[in-house]
Amino acid sequence: MTHAQGTLASYRAEAEERGVALSRVFLDGEARQSGKRPEVLEALMLDRMNVMRQAVARGLAKPQHSRSGLIRGDAARMDRWIEGGGSLLGPAFSRLVAAALSVAEVNACMGRIVASPTAGACGVLPAALFRVAEEKGCGDEALVRAFFTAGGIGLVIEKLASLSGAEGGCQAEVGSASAMAAGALVELMGGTPVQVDHAVAFALANVMGLICDPVKGLVEVPCVKRNAMGAVNAAACAEMALAGMESVFAADAVIETMGKVGRRIPEEYRETARGGLAVLPLSGCESCGQGNFCS
Amino acid sequence: MGIFDIIGPVMVGPSSSHTAGAVRIGAFARKLLGEEPASAVLGLHGSFAATGEGHGTPLALLAGLLGMDPDDEGIPAAREIALERGLDFRFEDVDLGDVHPNSVRLQLASGGTELTVSASSVGGGRIRVFDIDGFQVDLDGVYPTVLLAYPDRAGAVAMVTTILSNAGMNIATLKAHRTSRGGQALMAVELDHTPTAGVLNALRHLPHMDQVRFVPRLGFGG
Repeated sequence: MTHAQGTLASYRAEAEERGVALSRVFLDGEARQSGKRPEVLEALMLDRMNVMRQAVARGLAKPQHSRSGLIRGDAARMDRWIEGGGSLLGPAFSRLVAAALSVAEVNACMGRIVASPTAGACGVLPAALFRVAEEKGCGDEALVRAFFTAGGIGLVIEKLASLSGAEGGCQAEVGSASAMAAGALVELMGGTPVQVDHAVAFALANVMGLICDPVKGLVEVPCVKRNAMGAVNAAACAEMALAGMESVFAADAVIETMGKVGRRIPEEYRETARGGLAVLPLSGCESCGQGNFCS
Repeated sequence: MGIFDIIGPVMVGPSSSHTAGAVRIGAFARKLLGEEPASAVLGLHGSFAATGEGHGTPLALLAGLLGMDPDDEGIPAAREIALERGLDFRFEDVDLGDVHPNSVRLQLASGGTELTVSASSVGGGRIRVFDIDGFQVDLDGVYPTVLLAYPDRAGAVAMVTTILSNAGMNIATLKAHRTSRGGQALMAVELDHTPTAGVLNALRHLPHMDQVRFVPRLGFGG
C-alpha cells in the first residue's frame, strides 16, 4: 500500500508521530495552505455547522415541497411519527434518519445548505454528527474537530478517487459523505486514527458500486432517502470500528477501488438520468395532487 | 482544494452546478455590465435547458443578475423580484455548439450599453466564462478582472502593464484577443488584488481605449 502524500495513511502516520488526533493534522494542513490562523478556521467551521443546524431544523418544522412535486414533506412526516412514539429502534436512531431527510429536502427545495461534499449528499454529515453528538453530550468544540476530520477524509477521497456522481456514481457522493461521517464519528467518540481508517473502509465498502440515477435529473428521488441511508451507514460503521472490528483492507485501497469501480459504471448510471430508477415509470400519480408530478 | 471546498460552499440548493454556478454566472455578467440590466435574454444550453427548471437554474441566473450571492435565500423568489424591479427578461433554449453541457448565453442591455456573455458551470459552483461580445476568453471569476476593448495596435499591452506595474499590481494572467490584425481587440487581465479607482481611471484615459470594464472577485456565500 502506498504511503504517498495525500493518502489517509500519510495523515495517519503524521498523527501517530505527533501523538495528536487526525483533526489536528488536517487543521494544521489547512492553516498552512490558506495562511489563516487555526482559530479563524475553527470559527469558519462553526459558521458552516450553524447553517447545517438551521437546515436540519427547517425541514422538520415545516414540510418541504419541491418544484417537481417529487419531494413532499417526508422529513416532517418522520418527525411526527417519532413524536407519536413510533420509532423502531428508539428516538435517537429515528431522529438521525429524520435529520438526514430534512437537510436533503431543504436542499431539493432551494433552501440554504452546506454542500458536504456535494449538495446532493448534504444531509449525511449533519445528521450523523449532530445526532450522535446530541446523544452522547459532545459540545461544539469537539464537533468542530470532527468536521475537520470529515473534511480531511473528503480531501483524500477527492485525491484518490472522486466526489462527483457524474464521475463515480452515488458511491462517490452519498458514499463519500458516509465515509467522511463514519471517520469523523470515530474521532468524536475518542477512537484512534487507526479506527478512523477502519470506519472509512467499512463505510465505502458498504456502498461499492452504488449508481447515480436521479429521476428527472434532479437530486430528489432517490437521492434524499439515500442521504438517510448514508447517515445510518456512517453510524453503523463508526460503531463497528469503535467496538474493535478491523477492516481487512486499508481505507486508501478501498477509496482507490471505489474510484476504479466508478469509472467502470456505465454512463447511464452516472447522473445522466438514463438508467436505473431514473427511467422507471412513476407510480401513485392520481393521488399525489402535485400537478406536474407526472409531466 | 481545501477543507472548506469539501465542507462547503454554503449555498442555496439543490445543485452546485445548476444552482450555485448559475448564480455566479449571472453575478459575473452583472458586474461586467456595471449596473443592473434593464433587459436580459437568457439562452439555456444542454443540461441547463433539459433539467434547469427543476434545479431552479433560471431563478439562479436571474438572482445573479439581480446582485445576489449563491447563499442568498431570496434566490427562489428571483422571478418575482425581477418583475418588481422591471427587469425585462426572457428564456430560450439554444445550441451553443461543442461546449460544456451546463452552459448559458446572456444577452444584456442597460441604458445605451449592450453585452453578450457566454459561460459554463463546470462543477462545485466553479464557472468558466468563454465568450464576451464574440471574443473568446477563459475567465473563472476567482480573480479581480479588468477587460479592455480597443482598436488593435502596437504597444497597447505595454501601456496597460506599465500602469499596473507602477501601481504595484501583480498580474495573474493576461490575454489579448482580436477580431483581425488591426481590427477590434479585447484584453483580459486577472489581478492578484483589487485595483483602485485611480488605476481604473488611468486605464480609461489611455489613448484609443474604447471601454474599460472591471469585475471584482466573485463571492461564494458563508
